[in-house]
Amino acid sequence: MAEFTLPANSKVGPGKSFPAPAGAKRTRDFKIYRWDPDTGQNPRLDTYSVDLDACGPMVLDALIKIKNEVDTTLTFRRSCREGICGSCAMNIDGTNTLACLKPIDDVSGSVRIYPLPHMPVVKDLVPDLTHIYAQYRSIKPWLQTVSPLPPDREQAQSVPEREKLDGLWECILCFCCSTACPSYWWNGDRYLGPAILLQAYRWIADSRDENTGERLDDLEDPFRLYRCHTIMNCTRTCPKGLNPAKAISEIKQLMVVRR
Amino acid sequence: MMNGSEMRSPLGRAIGLGSAKEGVEHWWRQRMTAVALVPLVLWFVIALIAHLGVDQRAAVAWLGSPIPAILMILMIGVAFYHAALGIQVVVEDYVHREWCKLTLLIATRFACFFLGVVGIFAILRMAFLR
Repeated sequence: MAEFTLPANSKVGPGKSFPAPAGAKRTRDFKIYRWDPDTGQNPRLDTYSVDLDACGPMVLDALIKIKNEVDTTLTFRRSCREGICGSCAMNIDGTNTLACLKPIDDVSGSVRIYPLPHMPVVKDLVPDLTHIYAQYRSIKPWLQTVSPLPPDREQAQSVPEREKLDGLWECILCFCCSTACPSYWWNGDRYLGPAILLQAYRWIADSRDENTGERLDDLEDPFRLYRCHTIMNCTRTCPKGLNPAKAISEIKQLMVVRR
Repeated sequence: MMNGSEMRSPLGRAIGLGSAKEGVEHWWRQRMTAVALVPLVLWFVIALIAHLGVDQRAAVAWLGSPIPAILMILMIGVAFYHAALGIQVVVEDYVHREWCKLTLLIATRFACFFLGVVGIFAILRMAFLR
């Protein structure tokens, strides 16, 4: 059955508190999910009080500050710090987003930070993305052609053809959308989820690709595609402002058109 | 998802049994029945309100007359078909034990068809055996 409560060993308990340095005037509490697989203990919520006058504006700045100055054991992924790598996707203030793009000032009260929902946790804020990466690979996210490629130049694409990829190519695979989708929570083992379906559509919509039919064949499945019930959490949460729900409905339309 | 007892590759797990190559028909029929139900339910609700408080004899006479009987049979048929399709999706969404899922799918489908036939039979009786 679908799980509506956390298993006993995943229930989050109260954690430690780390006060701000003396003399800090403008402080903010960061309540951060902590779990260490090596201790055998349940997850806990640690509270770090951060001096905002000595911290950058984004949630990621605070996380890096905490790791550098307060608690080196805090574990999270980050790389580009400008919303293009997708590493620092996490659940901040109840919404999946990128820590590097989320201003601290957008959150009222203490900033609650959890890993992406309903994924296995490796440690603290680091989710295990093995399965979702495998799902990504399963849709063959590369150009497939039958015609031989021109040896001396690129494959041409008209401006309108190229425009069909707008709103798709910008996806950075942070998986904020898939991990916000209840259907992906309950059936993520078989349902591909919004991120992978948007990527699948990116290749279906590509005028240069000649494997469109096979791509649609591979998606036509009660679970892979049709677990999408247009809940729209994906579109609401996308930190890049993309619309995975629209991409999925385009795929569903093509399924009907080609019958 | 990371299961220690399984050494299958992540890609193998993601591909699983492959695509069922079906689903568009189910999706399309669910939408078509939904569209059909809009006027049918609207008619049903308005007709029901219009016949509030009539006695049993008058109600049977009305439901047994051609147009209401035809619309009613259509509504019962389409509604239970739509329900069967919808309940199937809910069961597939939330029930993950295979035997439990299969039992529920069969039971709910049988129930929908049984109730649909009962409803249509009742209307036909009112139409032809008065």
